[in-house]
Amino acid sequence: MRQLLLLDWVLITALGWLAIGLVGVSFPRRLTLISRVLFPLGAIFGLVLALLALSGMVAGTQVRILPLGLPDLPFHVRLDALSGFFLFLLGATAAGISIYTAGYFRKGEGTAPGLQCLLYHIFLTSMAFVMLADDGYAFMVAWETMALSSFFLVTSEHRHAEIRRAGYLYLLVAHIGAVGILLSFGVMAGSAGDYTFDAMRDFSILGFWPTIAFLLALFGFGAKAGLLPLHIWLPEAHPAAPSPVSAMMSGVMLKTAIYGMLRVSFDLLHAQLWWWGILLLLIGLATALFGVIFSAIQTDMKRLLAYSSIENIGLIFVGFGLTLVFKSFLLPHLAALALTATLYHCLNHAFFKSLLFLCTGSVLHATGERNLGKLGGLIHRMPWVTWLALVGVLASAGLPPLNGFVSEWLLLQSFLFTSGLPQGYLNMLLPVVAAAIALIAALAGFAMVKFFGVVFLGQPREEKLSQAHDAGRLERIGLLWLAAGCILLGLFPNVVIALLDPVTRLLVGSGLRDAASSHGWWLLAPISEDRASYSPAIFFGSIALFTPLAYWAVRRYYHGRLKRVPAWDCGFPLQTSRMQDTAEGFGQPIRRIFSPFFKRTREHPSPFDTQPRYRSVVEDPLWYWLYLPIARIVDYGTRLIAFLQQGRIAIYLLYSFVTLLALLVVTRG
Amino acid sequence: MSPSLIHTIPLSGQVINLCAAIMLLLGFAMLSQRRVLTLINLFMLQGLVLFTSTLIVAITTHQNHLLWSAGLTLVLKVIALPYILHRLIRRLSVKWDVDTLLNIPTTMLVGIALVVIAFNVAQPISHLSGTITRATIGIALACVLLAFLMMITRSKAVPQVIAFLAMENGLFFAATSATYGMPMVVELGIALDVMVGMVILGVFFFQIRQQFDSLDIRHMERAKEQ
Amino acid sequence: MNFYALFAQLLELAIALILAPILTGWVNQCRAWLQNRSAPPLLQTYYTLSKLFHKDVLLAHNASTLFRAAPYIIFSCMALASSIVPTLSTDLIFSPAADAIALVGLFALARVFIALAGMDVGTAFGSLGARREMFIGFLAEPALLMVFFTASLISQSTSLSTIVETLAHNEIAIYPSLAFAGVAFSMVSLAENARVPIDNPTTHLELTMVHEAMILEYSGRHLALIEWAACLKLFAYSCIGIALFFPFGIPEASDPASLLIAAAILVFKLAIGGFVLALIETLSAKMRIFRAPEFLGTAFLLAVLAMLVHLLLEAGR
Repeated sequence: MRQLLLLDWVLITALGWLAIGLVGVSFPRRLTLISRVLFPLGAIFGLVLALLALSGMVAGTQVRILPLGLPDLPFHVRLDALSGFFLFLLGATAAGISIYTAGYFRKGEGTAPGLQCLLYHIFLTSMAFVMLADDGYAFMVAWETMALSSFFLVTSEHRHAEIRRAGYLYLLVAHIGAVGILLSFGVMAGSAGDYTFDAMRDFSILGFWPTIAFLLALFGFGAKAGLLPLHIWLPEAHPAAPSPVSAMMSGVMLKTAIYGMLRVSFDLLHAQLWWWGILLLLIGLATALFGVIFSAIQTDMKRLLAYSSIENIGLIFVGFGLTLVFKSFLLPHLAALALTATLYHCLNHAFFKSLLFLCTGSVLHATGERNLGKLGGLIHRMPWVTWLALVGVLASAGLPPLNGFVSEWLLLQSFLFTSGLPQGYLNMLLPVVAAAIALIAALAGFAMVKFFGVVFLGQPREEKLSQAHDAGRLERIGLLWLAAGCILLGLFPNVVIALLDPVTRLLVGSGLRDAASSHGWWLLAPISEDRASYSPAIFFGSIALFTPLAYWAVRRYYHGRLKRVPAWDCGFPLQTSRMQDTAEGFGQPIRRIFSPFFKRTREHPSPFDTQPRYRSVVEDPLWYWLYLPIARIVDYGTRLIAFLQQGRIAIYLLYSFVTLLALLVVTRG
Repeated sequence: MSPSLIHTIPLSGQVINLCAAIMLLLGFAMLSQRRVLTLINLFMLQGLVLFTSTLIVAITTHQNHLLWSAGLTLVLKVIALPYILHRLIRRLSVKWDVDTLLNIPTTMLVGIALVVIAFNVAQPISHLSGTITRATIGIALACVLLAFLMMITRSKAVPQVIAFLAMENGLFFAATSATYGMPMVVELGIALDVMVGMVILGVFFFQIRQQFDSLDIRHMERAKEQ
Repeated sequence: MNFYALFAQLLELAIALILAPILTGWVNQCRAWLQNRSAPPLLQTYYTLSKLFHKDVLLAHNASTLFRAAPYIIFSCMALASSIVPTLSTDLIFSPAADAIALVGLFALARVFIALAGMDVGTAFGSLGARREMFIGFLAEPALLMVFFTASLISQSTSLSTIVETLAHNEIAIYPSLAFAGVAFSMVSLAENARVPIDNPTTHLELTMVHEAMILEYSGRHLALIEWAACLKLFAYSCIGIALFFPFGIPEASDPASLLIAAAILVFKLAIGGFVLALIETLSAKMRIFRAPEFLGTAFLLAVLAMLVHLLLEAGR
């Protein structure tokens, strides 16, 4: 009996998820079994996977060949620091989402619970296999399984036409992207035709082929991640999917694209060109800016979060691009700093975005509304969800002492210490990019205040909101887990950086562990204490100390008297909940300042309208400039080809006959 | 790069660098300014900075002809031209806000891009130059480009003229900082040119206004051949 | 971590808490003089605060816990902010805890809480103020960050103490980039402290207010804390301005003698700074709210230019 490696345990856990799914589908209508036993079990598996992956990150590389797949194409799997990190992300986030989902199932909505359970767990298993795969074939199988299972999850309420449409768009972009990845693997495998990653590592392709492989991979993974021209599916699919699925897709699935891109750029390709980094940097920047501006003007809460995901993916790619630049200029320490920021942000985004999506799930369950214009005042009805959402909002807005701030801090630091690159324009470009990142972070704050303020604060905008109920017990556990993650990741950055050390050593050959941990656990100083330092613990501690102290002092020296009165509002006599800012109103400054970004159609009532109606629709201009023209070209092309279709068998036989003749002549000559 | 490197530049060089920065700052201020009166005052300030930097160069390098051109700058750009411009706008009564063709933040963004380009383009030139103030060539070039941008984006005639004059300021600054000034003859010639140009433009303004009852040069579009 | 550093830290916090309302009073006094009005006493802010603390709180029916907690959080954020900025000494125990970026984050945290509190009661003015505050904030915050970045590029550090040490104690050099940063910083601080071209601290005219609109529903001790926090914010911004642009006289050591001298110099600089602020406020007119993005966008771009100028003129090649 062979000894079981860590990798085997990881595989067992991942397959365990599959088993849970299979059990679930065997009892498709047993709601209690599925929600009280299977999903909590899945959450435990997630925890186990996270722990295994953590130890896998330091244990060194392990490989296995699985007896699965086609006869002479077995699956190769591999666990190294990079896949370990992303498996940890998957496991830790899935634990929270699964336990939440256990409480989320209420009654039969859309697809049967058993089937959803199966799809959900296949989704989890396939993501784990994407991160474990060590050959192009296994990778593509897992990748396509992931796309398909998530497609079915997105369309679980397939009776609505717009959900079917969103799902179709998602599937389309996912498949076009998959073609890009496949071609990229093809280029990297070269003429040898061996699709294992090991062969690709050994086989060094020359000339412009690495660039082509890189660009194809960027196209393929960019489509999954939602990079700028390919982001179009993201704001459609996320609102359509059930909230736990949105959380899983946004929190984890987008990161598989980052994983793939990292794997290709640093592991499979040998040398990196500096302009790849600049390309990623600029695309990432454009994506982030685009995402954040659109998220600030949305009126649907899940769409707002979806655009915010686009923004965060953009930021991650900015860090990624910077890493590539540093790596290509042989500055390993700076590359490690930028890569740490990138990976840290992946982890942070997984936690806070899942948390926020799950909160919208609870709101959706309690009120049946996604439209920001019909929510409000939920803090009185749903205190648990509100306060936990506040954690997610603050983290997402990049505010100290939570986790979003740490990764932004690291990213800005890596921009600050870049002078001396051997490129005049580059030296001047990087500070400008840093400035743009600062702008994006501040805009994210705007969008998040809008989200939280409109949904949870103020007065309820609709009558029925007074019937809203708080999240259930299991849902609360899931939310608490993710919120605790946001807080802990923010308070103990050195622990995380030490964990990331093996990954950065693997990819760029340097790490931050020594620099980060030489000042004690409480002080984060990636370069040296003189140059930059941040201590979230002291920071949080002081605020946590000052606030009660101020409270106590005021009570002690003055009094705590309080009277409840109607709101003053500058003495306006008539106040209704309709007078609060709507989501449109809150986003109005952004619409005005960034008007060139939008395609906007408005209907203004004329002064003589007896029933005045005001309508304003803001749309994505890329849809009109890029996608519709492409769709038209494709449509035209297919119509040309459709000319071949004559409907008579004799003509089809003639086609075959002509082809056969032509082939015979060609091969003869 | 190290913080100590700046200390290798002598104090006069540092002051000239400061002047260069202020020149650029004023260039941007002019680009973002809507009011004609403020625009003239900014132009005057720019002339003053130019005078100061020329004076410093003249004193530290003992080049007497630069003293003359400093004096010329003072008389022409700080006193005479602003005075004429003030009188002009009083006579024409065009104190209203200037409307720009592009909105101001966009103009500023373009301006930043211009600065980046100017800095990089000027780098090889400044390596050739041996003066203490060679780093300022990039800034001078940026000033010229910014003034040019201002000329493009303004739709009224008076701001355009100010932009034209500011462009000349930038050129002059480049000359002082790169080569310690042009030969005296050239300088006098340019000064005369500016003076004459100013007078012609002044006459021109009155003509435009008589013709179109406005100083908006968009009316000139009508003057093209049909 | 030595005893003097702790002492200096506590002293700085105490001075901030005490001096901040006086600074606001001084600015109001100067403004009154400049506008030919008879000035309120220097300690007027204290009288107002004390009056507010003694009054009962009138809380709107719809106000939640967040509304009641926000003043305390904002107050402690501002107190922390004003104790991070090195004013009396660069040898502070808090200085490694938060660098320039964290300081900007701290201001942002306070801003988010005050905006959320403004939206909490659900009145028309509250959400209007919150929206405007966030919209001014998202332009001002990156501009402030870029000002800090310019100083960081000069001193190769984002730690505030190191920045001040480099600027104040190394061989004196003229940094042209700081001229840009200085202009940008003045513009940002006017906007962030609800001062005249952007907002008017004395107005209660509905259509023009920003800060006041958010805190309309506050009363009693809550209002007192928020007003005090606003004073602290003005104080902290003044201290940042002093630390970045006029750092001469901030000692590296923190023994009592140098602290005493530093305190005297600080008061002197603050008095001048307050007068300049009053002068700017008197000379300029309040802008339309939609001119604000132009104003702040200019500040942001100037700060970016400051970095570029630094790279051209000051960085070695």
